[in-house]
Amino acid sequence: MPLCITREALEQIRRHAAAEHPLEACGLVAAASGSALAHRVVAMRNQAASPTWFSFDSREQLRVWSELDERDEECRVIYHSHTASEAWPSRDDIAHASDPELHYLIVSTWPAARHALRSFRIVAGRVFEEHLAIQE
Amino acid sequence: MSVSVMVPTLLRPLTEGQKKVEAQGETVRQLIDQLDQRYPGIKGRLVHDDQVHRFVNIYVNDDDIRFADGLATVIAAGDRLTVLPAVAGG
Repeated sequence: MPLCITREALEQIRRHAAAEHPLEACGLVAAASGSALAHRVVAMRNQAASPTWFSFDSREQLRVWSELDERDEECRVIYHSHTASEAWPSRDDIAHASDPELHYLIVSTWPAARHALRSFRIVAGRVFEEHLAIQE
Repeated sequence: MSVSVMVPTLLRPLTEGQKKVEAQGETVRQLIDQLDQRYPGIKGRLVHDDQVHRFVNIYVNDDDIRFADGLATVIAAGDRLTVLPAVAGG
């Protein structure tokens, strides 16, 4: 099953990643509960402020997750950028991908990247690339 | 102290599908031990080597316990415990 996401959301993610380069950008895309379409991008502060690592600020995360609950939304996608490598999950990405229900989207801001944006499911340590079903 | 515990989607299979459960304890550590008696297996997802598991954040009200006293953080009546998946990577 592909990731259903709006074009506007993808553009916001690309812009966020470009703005944070050379540090990794991170965030999530929310969908209405029970809906397949991820559409609301929430850019998060990268607490690590690093070109090779990202982590959500835990206090910000609590606030954002409470807001998701109030809005009857779910976190559908976790996105982050790679600044000097391909848009493919690293060993650390795989180790930290604890939720098999989530989509993991990676943007590469590395000029030499062959593909700038790819999306994945990561289940029990195994990576499955998925297509994007883009809603205009 | 009896407090409510908000459980993330990922861990709800361990709490019979429930998003919110009740548990008791004077500290977060005690509460998790009590929770594990009622919902076996949950402790292993919340604690590792007697520390907060690296894949979760645990909050007492709005405070991440890693910035308080960790598992020794005291719980008061009416407090709300929230567990969220920690999000990180490289």
